[in-house]
Amino acid sequence: MYEFEFEQPSSVADAVAALKAEDALALGGGQTLLATMKQRLAAPSKLVSLSGIGEMKGVSNDGGAVSIGGATTHAAVAAGAGAYPALADMAGHIGDPAVRNRGTIGGSLANNDPSADYPAAALASGATIVTNAREIAADDFFQGMFTTALDEGEIITGVRFPVPEAANYQKFLQPASRFALVGVFVAKTGDGVRVAVTGASEEGVFRWSEAEAALNGTFSAGALEGLSVDADSMIGDMHGSKAYRAHLVGVLTKRAVAAAG
Amino acid sequence: MPKDHGIGASPKRREDVRFLTGNGNYTDDINMNGQAYVHFLRSDVAHGTINSIDTAAAAAIPGVVKIFTSVDFEAVGGVPCGWEITDRHGNAMQEPKHPILAEGKVRYVGEMIAAVIAETAEIARDAAEVIEVDISDLPAVVNMKAAVVDGSPKVHDDLTSNLCYDWGFVEENRDAVDAAIKGAAHVTTLELVNNRLIANPMEPRVCIGDYDRPAGDHTLYTTSQNPHVIRLLMGAFVLGIPEHKLRVVSPDVGGGFGTKIFHYAEEAFCTFAAKACNRPVKWTSSRSEAFMSDAHGRDHVTKIELALDADNNFVAVRTDTHANMGAYLSTFAPSVPTWLHGTLMAGNYKTPLIYINVKAVFTNTVPVDAYRGAGRPEASFQLERVIDKAAHELGVDPIALRRQNFITEFPYATPVAVEYDTGDYHATMDKLEEMADFAGFDARRAESEKNGKLRGLGVNCYIEACGIAPSNLVGQLGARAGLYESATVRVNATGGLVVMTGSHSHGQGHETAFPQVIAEMIGIDESMIEIVHGDTSTVPMGMGTYGSRSLAVGGSAMVRATEKIINKAKKIAAHLMEASDADIELKDGTFSIAGTDKSVAWGDVTLAAYVPHNYPLEDIEPGLEETAFYDPANFTYPSGAYACEVEVDPDTGKVTIQRMIAADDFGNIVNPMIVDGQVHGGLAQGIGQALLEGCVYDDDGQLLSGSYMDYAMPRADDLPFYEVDHSCQTPCTHNPLGVKGCGEAGAIGSPPSVVNAVVNALRSAGKDVTHVDMPLSPNRVWEALNG
Amino acid sequence: MTQVSMTVNGQAANGDVEGRTLLSSFLRDQLGLTGTHIGCDTSQCGACVVHVNGEAVKSCTMLAVEADGAEVATIEGQAAEDGTLNAIQQAFQDNHGLQCGFCTPGMVMSATALLKDNPKPSEADIRAYLSGNICRCTGYHNIVKSILAASGQDVAGIAAE
Repeated sequence: MYEFEFEQPSSVADAVAALKAEDALALGGGQTLLATMKQRLAAPSKLVSLSGIGEMKGVSNDGGAVSIGGATTHAAVAAGAGAYPALADMAGHIGDPAVRNRGTIGGSLANNDPSADYPAAALASGATIVTNAREIAADDFFQGMFTTALDEGEIITGVRFPVPEAANYQKFLQPASRFALVGVFVAKTGDGVRVAVTGASEEGVFRWSEAEAALNGTFSAGALEGLSVDADSMIGDMHGSKAYRAHLVGVLTKRAVAAAG
Repeated sequence: MPKDHGIGASPKRREDVRFLTGNGNYTDDINMNGQAYVHFLRSDVAHGTINSIDTAAAAAIPGVVKIFTSVDFEAVGGVPCGWEITDRHGNAMQEPKHPILAEGKVRYVGEMIAAVIAETAEIARDAAEVIEVDISDLPAVVNMKAAVVDGSPKVHDDLTSNLCYDWGFVEENRDAVDAAIKGAAHVTTLELVNNRLIANPMEPRVCIGDYDRPAGDHTLYTTSQNPHVIRLLMGAFVLGIPEHKLRVVSPDVGGGFGTKIFHYAEEAFCTFAAKACNRPVKWTSSRSEAFMSDAHGRDHVTKIELALDADNNFVAVRTDTHANMGAYLSTFAPSVPTWLHGTLMAGNYKTPLIYINVKAVFTNTVPVDAYRGAGRPEASFQLERVIDKAAHELGVDPIALRRQNFITEFPYATPVAVEYDTGDYHATMDKLEEMADFAGFDARRAESEKNGKLRGLGVNCYIEACGIAPSNLVGQLGARAGLYESATVRVNATGGLVVMTGSHSHGQGHETAFPQVIAEMIGIDESMIEIVHGDTSTVPMGMGTYGSRSLAVGGSAMVRATEKIINKAKKIAAHLMEASDADIELKDGTFSIAGTDKSVAWGDVTLAAYVPHNYPLEDIEPGLEETAFYDPANFTYPSGAYACEVEVDPDTGKVTIQRMIAADDFGNIVNPMIVDGQVHGGLAQGIGQALLEGCVYDDDGQLLSGSYMDYAMPRADDLPFYEVDHSCQTPCTHNPLGVKGCGEAGAIGSPPSVVNAVVNALRSAGKDVTHVDMPLSPNRVWEALNG
Repeated sequence: MTQVSMTVNGQAANGDVEGRTLLSSFLRDQLGLTGTHIGCDTSQCGACVVHVNGEAVKSCTMLAVEADGAEVATIEGQAAEDGTLNAIQQAFQDNHGLQCGFCTPGMVMSATALLKDNPKPSEADIRAYLSGNICRCTGYHNIVKSILAASGQDVAGIAAE
């Protein structure tokens, strides 16, 4: 990789200050960013590691919501988010164990990889992304693949997930990368059902509103019969055609609903 | 009671201790004083004309030592090809020059254009990025069939076309085969692809060139399966260095699978550059580089026809194959689709008439060469798939159809030039039936269906030719090298042995298995025997490890050398006991006079050899060291019967291997534990080919499967526990150990049974599916179900 | 250059590194601990797995500066001082859980982490846990068997000895 300056602040305020340098980037667990930099596809002048910021770590449970610090690893979420079992289960199946010990929720959400798991969880759960500057609803946060509402230098300090009545995440693995070829997170909340799909669309994570409407009628896999997403907007590549991905969205949504119960 | 030592025992592997404690010595673990690092600037276009290369900005970067382009190699030969094929018209194959660094044109993504030597690897890479290369893109030649159509752009302007050769085998049979097919009661036709693969040993390639200027000696450390072959090819054909001034060392090597057989341009480059820079030069491939510079494997497109008579006897086989050579001819590339493939097209069956046509084609892709099995998996796959299809068309049991056509008498001369010495195909099929519980399959299928899954059963046989190879035969077939093996057995004064073998171990466990053979012959403990390999300065000329040849050929050389040792030691023992040579027996490490209680110990004899105070100096020399070269009389022919059971999720198309069963005949077995391990690994690679792995280029010649993000390596959770057996043993008749080789069997034998099983599962859903091309990705299987 | 200090296999280790120096490079090139291997550049193969503060990580995807002050364990620190293999290493040797040896350090370090959290894993647990460790030689059969054996479970019934 290209050389860069490294800084490891111990507070959010110091991190925000450090990120004001030109071409500075925040470093979460580095499981995507460092790999990208090794390929010389990113060239930050400075990396500001967030892993030394104690206030950004940990999982807490407060009145119907699970709050997770932005620098919390996937492994810590898997172990600590028992109040939201579908979320904990999803976190426990990201990447592989060594990746889960380093990768963080904030890093994953800020990157918004179109095949990542957390964006589906956050969007389906109606989570709130908390930054050093503001709170952003998940519905406003994701803006297409690798694009989010974050401003330059803005840090995800935490994420608040309202715990739904029922939820489940179904992931169908791309066999090489082990990212989601398609992943569907279904959450049934007091305000209605939310269905978020990752891996499938050229626009990144999205809500499948037709499925939500049907499931708001009856929360059962049968309610989805005959529904399908538009294949034209799906990703088509060597691992799955557009039609195949569109088909998988339907299959996995049904499975998620059935598993959520 | 299993043996606890010698031939047939499974002692723990001695090499494991260093690997398990981080003390292995792989090439990248070697660092030389003063070493510099090389980064290769590789082409990012598949085909283009190089207009100019400007290295000025790169050379100005502090820490850059020297930059090389093709002009620096004008006095140097190209990378040689080790096998010449004569086509069906009697002409030699077309053989383009294969430069070290691209000359005038680039011909595949990944081809080396320039090389930067610098104080650190990062500086070298920084500098390579600022080299300005002006390339005019040319249309890429990617599709093999389009490549051989008149008017196609040419990969090599100085060749007449992209056709390397048009090979017919056996050419004299062509008309008879055509006639037999025309007149047959039934002909089954199948078009299929043997998917392009990337070997992916876990250790990427590394080389370090070193030059001793006062002595004029070159040393190359390299991740090779055959250091002597590299010394010969690179010294004689590329750099013009005589062998006594060139040492090639291959220390611990982290897997090979064929792709580390070949002589690569990077090796010649590092050797050359070390002299030019007068300091050691090291190159460590990244995995990304490996994907676009290691030779790829397979990549055949075939139409096969199987003709049967009214009684379902096979009467003829005809195939038409296009085989990808890539942009240049890698070391053994031309032999793979021809002699390693066509000669196996009889399979286990007494088909009287066979004609194979192979068109080898140049394309703008990475060179393609041998990968585990090399030609034999392609042969087995076609044959065993078309037999399964024929059984389906005829409404007969696929096992019965195979059994009906088995070769049962040995030796058996096939119509495709080889003679099988031994085998018992009914025995391995019987063993498979015993292991697989075919009778219970319907119940297992019902259980799967209850869970919403389709279940399929696939069976196949395979035969392979390994223990390569008789030098005089392969010489006639176009090999530019001999394929013997060597061993030197050095007995030390106190009785311990050091055995120098030309075979190379890169996972096969030679350090453990080879001593078992010698210990058995002498009757001493294996701990008294040490194996040395992988260094041309200490080991006699050897041909290395590939083609499941190490024990069959290298082991036989060890046996011959040990026999010489024993003969000489008996003479010494006879002298010590004042007896006749002919009366001396060796048992359990003790020499005795037959019919008496007089004896001398092994150690007494070895000591006498080196302290020859009481010694027959008038008859024999002091010392106890012997070398043997063994050249086999024939190939060996391992065979077997495999079964696979799969579940298919009809909603997603995902295939899960439920059972993978292998009944092999490897002849005699030296170390059953190691043999099992070799079969396991082969099965995983075969299942990988069948379900997961596929090297994909787009129409512009860009490698889409260029990393583990897109090339699906089999992982632990993709695979089951395997059921393997090698109790059927028909020993090889022409090597002293009666062994046949086991390294490639799993990779050859498993893909057809996996595909047969999936097709069987899909048919159970009422779909008239006849074939799905590998890899059977969920998408492809789902399409087959819903097409 | 930044000075880093960490404890590696119980010994203090210091060195000057660039920001971009990976933990794997620091271990291999500066400390000479070449048992940690580099098999890919996309964080997939797991040949580089070490433990940082008791957790398995891919040392090729972590900066050396991020390990400043940490306790690092590598394959070189697993056997006893007299060279006696630990129970997991011994199980790999007993069950032929390695061939070329290149992926082995990562496999052993991952297995160690697994058994710490899950002392009696099922076959499925083991296969899932090893999804980030690629082996090209063994087909995983004997690796899974080795880990089952290391956890004290009976492996006699597993096909193919």
